[in-house]
Amino acid sequence: MDKNSTKTTQENEISLKEEDSNYPLSNTLLTSINSNFGDNAKIVYKKEYRSKIMVKPENLVETALFLRNNHGFDHVESASGTDYPADNEIELNYHLGSYSNIDYYPYIVILSTRVNRDDPKSNSLINIFPSVEYHERETYEMLGVYFLGHPRNERFILPEDWADIPPLRKDFRIKGR
Amino acid sequence: MSNIEEKISEAKKLALQITRETEEDRLMTLSVGPQHPGSGHFRFVIKVDGDYIVYVDPDPGYVHRGHEKMCEYRNHFQNIPHLERPVIHDSCNITYSYSLAVEDLVGITVPRRGQFIRALASELSRLSYTLYWLAIYGIFLGHSTMFMWPAGDRELLIDLLERLTGARITNAFSIPGGVRCDIPNNFKEKCLAQVNYFEKRLKEYEDIFFNNPLLRQRTEGVGILTKEDAIKLGVTGSVLRASGVPFDVRKVEPYDVYNEIDFQVQYMKTCDSFARAYVPLLDMRESCHIIRQLIDKMPESGDVREKLQFNIKSSPGETYKRVESGRGALGYHVVSDGSPKPYRVKASVGSFRNLLALPFLLTGSKLGDMPAIYWSLNYWPVEADR
Repeated sequence: MDKNSTKTTQENEISLKEEDSNYPLSNTLLTSINSNFGDNAKIVYKKEYRSKIMVKPENLVETALFLRNNHGFDHVESASGTDYPADNEIELNYHLGSYSNIDYYPYIVILSTRVNRDDPKSNSLINIFPSVEYHERETYEMLGVYFLGHPRNERFILPEDWADIPPLRKDFRIKGR
Repeated sequence: MSNIEEKISEAKKLALQITRETEEDRLMTLSVGPQHPGSGHFRFVIKVDGDYIVYVDPDPGYVHRGHEKMCEYRNHFQNIPHLERPVIHDSCNITYSYSLAVEDLVGITVPRRGQFIRALASELSRLSYTLYWLAIYGIFLGHSTMFMWPAGDRELLIDLLERLTGARITNAFSIPGGVRCDIPNNFKEKCLAQVNYFEKRLKEYEDIFFNNPLLRQRTEGVGILTKEDAIKLGVTGSVLRASGVPFDVRKVEPYDVYNEIDFQVQYMKTCDSFARAYVPLLDMRESCHIIRQLIDKMPESGDVREKLQFNIKSSPGETYKRVESGRGALGYHVVSDGSPKPYRVKASVGSFRNLLALPFLLTGSKLGDMPAIYWSLNYWPVEADR
């Protein structure tokens, strides 16, 4: 099971100083985030139309608010989580997109945070992005992350009589495999 | 005469006292689905006050199969056949973005001829899915001709897909590295003939269905989703485009050969149920246009696939790739730890995103408008549950 422990995303860390003029959108966005949040928002990777920002759980809401108000990211394409049992952490990913800023139509910024696996709690983004409602509810039942401020942390897709651990955790094994 | 009326009113008062009815009791709770033929494998609980819906609570999950978990146990090639199961009618699109994601992780490019064939299959698949959806939309608005015609015309497209891929609906055609096989002999001519015929049929659909005054009365001005609300709810696909946002992944973030294709993003600004049904029709017309260009520009010869090992290992990392499916943007977030199996796969599907619009639109509308609103959302329960 040690195989699962690789912190895959953090290994590929790209520094902002490495100027790449091919990615003007990423450069503008990430420079703006860097100047506002400094070390609190760590850039995990930067591609042409994608970038991933890792923040601490306590900075999640303000970063989301900044992205919405200053860059026009107005909806969530998906919100999901990945279980890292070896680090004892669960990573939450919000894929933010923009319908109101035409420059950012092709762009997806992945806002990430890592919460403790034993007592996973995170602030809900439902007041900033109403579109996150069902995605967070799904993350709650699939990974067991409790969203503070979300009106309905309850079963959504799983059967009504589900009485096992959240199924997308790595220690839940499919029977017979 | 007055004696009888008095007796009736006394009886009513007595009945109210016995049943102790209150204002709350005016509401009736209805469970729509999952057995109800008009909802698919999906249930939503509604409360009605007379003729008006006052509360909606969607309850998906009747066809949840755990595809995201299953992906973690299989390698990239084994994942293709089960990932297309959520929407078998649109199978070339639903495996397209997963293939793109794996190709990005492995770091290969698909041969040019392979890219054209893959785009061609996905356009045919989109047409076939949209026709299926239009047939259902027609029958639930009480228009049985609109069920028969698209269902019949869909056979032509399925025949084309069968010649191209070897299977009628579960094609598993787009795989990491390209497509499974080359196009058969005479396929281009056959395809052009079918598409030209099909485009004429679209005009007839418009005459019999979309210009029908009864349909217009039932759908125009019903279920208004304004541009601001559509953006706020993060809907996608035809629902978004019917609300006046010209967003199509093929245009805004062209994948494979779509940047060489000339087409317009179809959208409307009326924001109602009619627009959400009419935009797919306009999309089908654009698809015919795209198919003709793809056939015209396709290289005469060349490889159709980059041969990959069955147990191909990708470098550690993650990627998010999306395509435009029949139900809107369809993205796969794939995390790899360097082994042949993905560490985590997350599918962001259009149906699940459009579900949020259902309670928003149904609350406050009439019960009779429910089919017109529900089916206009292009909601596919199996895809939303995954």
